[in-house]
Amino acid sequence: MDAFTTHTGTAAPLRRSAVDTDQIIPAEYLKRITRTGFEDGLFSALRRNEPDFVLNRPEHAGASILVAGPDFGTGSSREHAVWALLDGGFRVVISSRFGDIFRNNSTKSGLLTVLLPQEEVERLQAAVEADPALPVTVDLQDRAVSYSGTTVPFEIEDYTRWRLLEGLDDVGLTERHLSDVEAYEADRPSWLPRVLPVP
Amino acid sequence: MPKTLAEKVYEAHVVRRADGEPDLLYIDLHLVHEVTSPQAFDGLRAAGRTVRRPDLTMATEDHNVPTLDILAPIADPVSRAQVEALRRNAAEFGIRLAPMGDRDQGIVHVIGPQLGLTQPGTTIVCGDSHTSTHGAFGALAFGIGTSEVEHVLATQTLPQYRPKQMAVTVDGELPPGVSSKDIILAVIARIGTNGAQGHVIEYRGSAIEALSMEARMTICNMSIEAGARAGLVAPDETTFAYLQGRPHAPQGADWDAALEHWRTLRTDEDAVFDREVRIDAASLTPYVTWGTNPGQGLPISERVPDPADLTDEDERRAAEQALAYMGLTPGTPLREIEVDTVFLGSCTNGRIEDLRIAAELLRGRRIDPGTRMLVVPGSVGVKTQAEAEGLDRVFVEAGAEWRGAGCSMCLGMNPDQLSPGERSASTSNRNFQGRQGKGGRTHLVSPSVAAATALTGKLTAPADLDFTAQLETAGV
Ligand code: SF4
Repeated sequence: MDAFTTHTGTAAPLRRSAVDTDQIIPAEYLKRITRTGFEDGLFSALRRNEPDFVLNRPEHAGASILVAGPDFGTGSSREHAVWALLDGGFRVVISSRFGDIFRNNSTKSGLLTVLLPQEEVERLQAAVEADPALPVTVDLQDRAVSYSGTTVPFEIEDYTRWRLLEGLDDVGLTERHLSDVEAYEADRPSWLPRVLPVP
Repeated sequence: MPKTLAEKVYEAHVVRRADGEPDLLYIDLHLVHEVTSPQAFDGLRAAGRTVRRPDLTMATEDHNVPTLDILAPIADPVSRAQVEALRRNAAEFGIRLAPMGDRDQGIVHVIGPQLGLTQPGTTIVCGDSHTSTHGAFGALAFGIGTSEVEHVLATQTLPQYRPKQMAVTVDGELPPGVSSKDIILAVIARIGTNGAQGHVIEYRGSAIEALSMEARMTICNMSIEAGARAGLVAPDETTFAYLQGRPHAPQGADWDAALEHWRTLRTDEDAVFDREVRIDAASLTPYVTWGTNPGQGLPISERVPDPADLTDEDERRAAEQALAYMGLTPGTPLREIEVDTVFLGSCTNGRIEDLRIAAELLRGRRIDPGTRMLVVPGSVGVKTQAEAEGLDRVFVEAGAEWRGAGCSMCLGMNPDQLSPGERSASTSNRNFQGRQGKGGRTHLVSPSVAAATALTGKLTAPADLDFTAQLETAGV
C-alpha cells in the first residue's frame, strides 16, 4: 500500500447523501479479477444518467479530493469501491459519515477518508463550487484540511494514522504476533465447526 | 461487569489486546465467494503466503452463477473467468469449494446455516456485507472487504475495534400475514439507514423468540441496511433444534459440550446497551419500500410520500431523487403501483420457509398474465427440499419460473436482470438504484407480499387477497 502523508489537489463537491457502494461502482464492474482498472465503473450510472453530475463537469475533471454528502459508502462490502476511487484519481474522500465497511476498506488501500462535521463539509463544498481550481490540502501528519486560509482539524485513530503514514500492510503486522494466535488456537474447544474433512 | 451477548462473543475471541492498537480477533469460520476473493488470493501468492486454516474456510459460487443451464459453461466470459479463478484458488490453497451443480452449492449465507457450520458463539466473516445473517444463531458475524479477506486467509484473525451495542426489542404477537421481513423493514424505516452505525444489534423480545430460524436470519440479514456492523439473536431451543443433526453440527459428547456452552450465551440482565429501540409487533403491517434505500419504506396501506412534506433538507432531496428514479408520483396509493417482475429469492428470503409461504398463497391460482415471477432457491439444498415437497410444481403451475440456486436478480451479476425502467417487487434486501439491473426499479417486500403481488400485478398484501376471496364467496 502507498503511504499517505499529505496531499494537495482540487476537490469535487458531491452533494448527495447516502451514496452507497452500488452507486460508487455497480455490480457489473465487479467481475474483474485484478486489483486495478476499475476507473470505468466509478459512478458509471450517475455519470451516464445525469449529464450535470459533478464528475461530468469539466471544471472538476482533475479532482483528487471528493467532498461527499453524509453516509458515503454504505451498503455492499465491495472493496472495488475504494479501488475505483483510487483508479479514478482520488486520494481523499471527505464526509460527515461513512459506511463502516467502506471506511475500513479505505484504510487498507491508502485512500484517506476524512470525517468532518457536516457544516464544515458544506462550507468546503461551497468554496470549491465557487472556485473549482481552489487547491485543498489534506495533511495526515497534522490531521488538518486547509484551503484559502481556512484550516479545519480532523480526528483519526492513532493506529490507523500511523499505518497510513508508513504505508504498512496489516498482514505483516499481525504476523509479528503469530505466537499469540498459536496459543489461542491451542485452547479452542474441539467441538467447534470444521469445514474439512467432508463428512 | 455485566455484558451483552455480542460483548461476550467478542471478548472470547480476543487473541491479543494492546494499548493504542485494535484488538486482534480470532475468526472461527471464513466463508468465501467468487466476487470478493480473487485479489485476496493474488495477494497471498504475491507474498508467498498460504491459507492458515483451510479447515475453517469454505468457498461457494453464488453471485455470478446462471440459474438456467447451470451445467453448461457460463456464457458471460468475464463471469466465467471469475468463477474459474475461484476454482483454481480453492484447488491451489486446499479450500473446500461447492461449485455449481454440487449438492452444497448456494448463496454463501444460506449454505453456512444449512450445513450446520454456522454455530452459536462463533465469529464468522465473509467478503459480503450480509454476513450478518449468521447472527441469527448467536454468532458474531460481519462483512469484510477484500484486504481483510486476505488477512483472514493468511492469519485466521482480524484487527477489530469493539463495536457499540444496540438492542432492538420486539414484543407482542405479529398479526397474520405479517412476517419478520416486515419487522426489519419497519425497524429500518424507523431508525434510518445509518441508525445503527458502528453498533451490533441484538434483536430480542417475545416476538423475536417466537420466530423460526429462517425468520430470524431474514432480520439479521438486513442489519447492515440500518448501518449496523452485525445483528444477532440469543440462541435458544429453536436454534439448537435447527442445528441438531446437520452435517457439521457437533455430535455425541461434543454436542453435549457445545450445548452446555451455548446455553450460557445470553445478555446479562443488567447489561447496558448504547442504544435501545422498542417495537410493538401487534402494530406492524406488511411493509413495502417506495424509494431507493431500504429505509424508504411504509406500510402498504400508505401512499407515496410527498418530498415537500419533509422538513429535513437532506431527506427531502433524497426523497426527490428517489421518486424521480422510481418514476413515482407523490400521493399514489402504494397498492396501486404496478410491477412487471416479482423476484422471490436471495439470502434474505430464499430459504425453504420463504418458498413454502409463497407457494401456499399461489397454490391453485395463476399469477397475473402481465407479470413475470422468478423463484430462485437460495441453495441447491433448498431447491432439492422444495422439489421433494412439490413446491416447484406449485410455482410452475401458477405461471412462475423455477430456477437454479444463486444470488440471481438480487444484484443482477448473472443474466437475471431488470431492464431499464422495469419495476419489481423483490424479497431481497437492497432497492438501490440499478441494483437489479441498469435503470431497474425495486420495491422490497416479504415473501407473502411478493406472492400476493404476483397474483394481482400490483403491490398487494396477502390480506387483500383473502378479502377479495371473501367478497367472492359472499357473492359481492
Ligand atoms: S443474495 Fe444478494 S445480498 Fe445475498 S449474498 Fe447474494 S448478492 Fe449479496
